[in-house]
Amino acid sequence: MSILRRIARLILTMIATVLLGTLVTGLLVRLAPGFDVDARQLDSRLAHESKEALRDQRLKNADIMHFCIAYLGAAATGDFGESLTLNRPVRELIVERFPTTLRIVGLGLVGGWLLAVTFAFSSVLLHRAAYDAATATISGALLCVPSAVMALLFVLFRAPAQLAIALIVFPRLFRYARNVLESSYSMPHIITARAKGLGMVRVLCWHVIPVSAAPLLALAGVSVSVALGAAVPVEALCGIPGIGQLAWQAAMGRDLPLLITSTVLVTLVTLTANAISDLVTCSLSSSRV
Amino acid sequence: MKYLRIFAIALLSMVAITSLGAGFLTTVDYATQFREAPNAAPSNAHWLGTDQLGRDRFARILYGTRVSLLLAPAAALISTLFAALIGGVAGFVGGAWQRWATMLIDLVLSLPWLFLLITVRALLPLNVPPLISVIVTFLLLGMLGWAASARVMCAWAGAVRNSDFVLQARATGVRGCRLAIVHVLPNLKPLLAAQFWISIPVFILAEANLGILGLGVAEPLPSWGSLLRELEDLAIYSGELWKLVPLVLLILVVSSFELLLSRTEVSA
Repeated sequence: MSILRRIARLILTMIATVLLGTLVTGLLVRLAPGFDVDARQLDSRLAHESKEALRDQRLKNADIMHFCIAYLGAAATGDFGESLTLNRPVRELIVERFPTTLRIVGLGLVGGWLLAVTFAFSSVLLHRAAYDAATATISGALLCVPSAVMALLFVLFRAPAQLAIALIVFPRLFRYARNVLESSYSMPHIITARAKGLGMVRVLCWHVIPVSAAPLLALAGVSVSVALGAAVPVEALCGIPGIGQLAWQAAMGRDLPLLITSTVLVTLVTLTANAISDLVTCSLSSSRV
Repeated sequence: MKYLRIFAIALLSMVAITSLGAGFLTTVDYATQFREAPNAAPSNAHWLGTDQLGRDRFARILYGTRVSLLLAPAAALISTLFAALIGGVAGFVGGAWQRWATMLIDLVLSLPWLFLLITVRALLPLNVPPLISVIVTFLLLGMLGWAASARVMCAWAGAVRNSDFVLQARATGVRGCRLAIVHVLPNLKPLLAAQFWISIPVFILAEANLGILGLGVAEPLPSWGSLLRELEDLAIYSGELWKLVPLVLLILVVSSFELLLSRTEVSA
């Protein structure tokens, strides 16, 4: 499949996902228990006419199709409704908090990848049983700690939250990176190059990295998804005002418009990351052929 | 390594037996409050002390372990069934079904797991009875955690569909359900079993994350997630290390599963 066709397909998938996500948002908000009831209708201080007006306003949204179309139309103009718990427009909240999450997740991803690649390369190059066992034990132990516990430990030790995300991402990348590098090193042409006496750095830069780059980059999209998932407990427990904390607060308050809009946004970021990694992997593979 | 695996099996067996026999090991109920002794240190009366509400921590750990260890496999069973239904059937049927199933699986896999989980959990009422909250939590884990297994199942079922013995069976006139049940399903069984075991530690960790965030099993019913919430106000420097017992237990159990699963991967 040509690169252009692939790009077109990825863009279509993303548009379909956003449309579907927005439609599902509208449906879920409409069907969620309590939608038809406004707490203000129970307020004894309000006049009968005001209560009737509130009831009529709610009845307008009774038709699900009408509600969904109206919701989609509003979402197309960037109006995702109002947060039920924070009483502010969802768009405003997301614009305010998104940069914080991007910074934390970005730094965490860089840290996680650096750790994973460094440990994987050193493990394959050194080829010492004790070192292999130590790295496998560290990554295995980190894999067994829930993300939320990791976040709590970082709160207790007053360590930066980005490092928590890095340590959550690291073990998931390390295993895969190590396997890829090990299989690259055992390829016949690399064994020949080493047998001919090529230096370690030259073998690495000229033979191993070009072979391993594509499968490692394929993991980049997945690592973004893992890091964004880790952002929920890390931001919620470390008190960082990002999208993860916003989603958690929305979940606790059953603030569905805010919660589902932030989930759709995060999904879009993940899909974009997947698409980019897919395209880069594809172009790398085709250039090697 | 062999001794580590024996240790892992022994540990998992011991934890499972101990949690199932919780009623024999402690006479205290997990919800009983000893109001005169909140936050008590370990003693003869309370082996692991009491929590902030004065509930016996040892009893809560035993019953919480039972909840997590019984229901994580139940969730794994649900997710494996979904994976077999969506991935296995699509792989077996092939063609457009397989393409659509692969697209759906890719889409679900690209959704950040914890975001999806808290979103769907929040759609359901949070103030439900404890027993309902347990069922809802693990049912959701099972219903949302099928995608990775389904992708493997889809690929494997596709390979089985194109294998020589299935072609031969088709040539002899075997079709539809009989082909699926007699020839394809027995070949998918080992993979289904592997996916089931792989899912268990994943769901244990997911429940723990949900529990710490307050979206898991409702109080007073304990689970590892709700027990770990105590870590939020843990004064680690004051030496109250017995509060770390649920965390140590969780890490040991998940590590044991990982250790046994790594053997399965190697032998596969």
